[in-house]
Amino acid sequence: MHHTIEVRNLHFSYSDGHVALRGVSLHIAPGEKVALVGPNGAGKSTLLLHLNGILQGHGQVLVCGQPVEPSTLPRIRASVGLVFQDPDDQLFSPTVFEDVSFGPLYMGLPKAEIEERVRRALRAVGMEDKAGRVSHHLSSGEKKRVAIASVLAMDPEILVLDEPTAGLDPRSRRALIGLLRELPQTMLVSTHDLRMVEELFPRTVVIDEGLVVGDGPTRQLLSDHNFLEIHGLEAP
Amino acid sequence: MHLHFSDPYQERESPLHALDPRVKVLGALAYIAGCSLMPAGAWGGYLALLILLLSLVGAARLGWAFTLKRSFVALPFVLAALALPFTVAGETVIQLPVLGWQVSDAGVLRLTTVVLRSWLAVQGAILLTAITRFHEILWALGALGLPGTIVGTLGFMYRYLFVLGDEGLRLLRARSARSARLAGTKPPGVVWQAQVAGGMVGSLFLRSLERSERIYQAMLARGYDGTARRMDTIKAGTWQWVLLAAYAAALAALLALAHWV
Repeated sequence: MHHTIEVRNLHFSYSDGHVALRGVSLHIAPGEKVALVGPNGAGKSTLLLHLNGILQGHGQVLVCGQPVEPSTLPRIRASVGLVFQDPDDQLFSPTVFEDVSFGPLYMGLPKAEIEERVRRALRAVGMEDKAGRVSHHLSSGEKKRVAIASVLAMDPEILVLDEPTAGLDPRSRRALIGLLRELPQTMLVSTHDLRMVEELFPRTVVIDEGLVVGDGPTRQLLSDHNFLEIHGLEAP
Repeated sequence: MHLHFSDPYQERESPLHALDPRVKVLGALAYIAGCSLMPAGAWGGYLALLILLLSLVGAARLGWAFTLKRSFVALPFVLAALALPFTVAGETVIQLPVLGWQVSDAGVLRLTTVVLRSWLAVQGAILLTAITRFHEILWALGALGLPGTIVGTLGFMYRYLFVLGDEGLRLLRARSARSARLAGTKPPGVVWQAQVAGGMVGSLFLRSLERSERIYQAMLARGYDGTARRMDTIKAGTWQWVLLAAYAAALAALLALAHWV
């Protein structure tokens, strides 16, 4: 498996007629860590939802060399871990353990392996002692960590995160950045947190009104203040 | 901002807490069935059921009055049975002054029985939720054969009750923050307030609808395929099932005795 993401000329409109993507093309190489930035409504979340086939538009999406289509969905969903913006959407089970075991359970793994993966995933995010907790009683930072654990337990080659630092206090944000730095997976992270982008991601893709308007080394893009302002962004 | 429901589960070190959730769920169901099958007017039987309950509450180290204190939630249900003394045919015991309604002996008997039954059954359920965590009850229901879709729905309800409650609180707070009034002006009328409340309920509904969409996407992203799956994490020792059987047999014997006497 070569865990690449390849998006070619992707178009998508919502059923209410709103056009979200107008021909997005993108290539992400194995092991690359890429930031996806752009103003609200630019199409970031819509693009991310295409990467494991939750939304399917016109154009081509290849993940790990395979086209995203109904027959490949189970394998693609096992290799792309999608972390949603609001952890309350992602943590839908009564307890932390059940949430983290959800993915492995649907992958059809045996019980012992599921338990081992849950333990490993929770350890990776520093939440190993919280398995029996009720998700509602966790802090926002803890919820975010569990949400990440819930996809890590599926052992994905690619991690896709939607605004991971939104709503976190400085300490939780710092801890999360540390965690993202340690994770070895190929990563595509949508965010408004340009200071994190500067710190973590060598490459940045800027998307605005459903189009890729910038793609290149983060330092170069973020130093072009004129360009950032045109696309509703602010230099860190 | 968080809505805090008092968690019914009470953390204690007791042999009852340690039982397999399936045993506890079945035990509670048997108790509730026992309450509803106890014949009307078998006061000794009801007393025995109460003593059984109190001793279980004691064994769970909850303090003997624990379920009694919480049992008043069942009080409103008694309202439904309140008409019985007037409607059930039987010998008239008293006639109400002014209204002239007749109270029958059979009706009073029926009312007392209904009240006793529901009061005891509710306490059985309260005990179950006090000694079993909610997710364990869900697991037990699934393991006992309740369809996964229903178990899942119950789980989502419990999980998102809090989230929705929080959202409702935020809406209320937003309304309060904008409910300013200048000195000397009249407060808004009831109709207007009702419209605001209606709008809030509508907005809460739409938010829930959108959230349910996102939750479903999150489930799909982790490989959900429409089937309900469950992991069996708990194994009961045989002795627990023997214990349950003995307990059920004792309940059955009590019922038989009450019917026979």
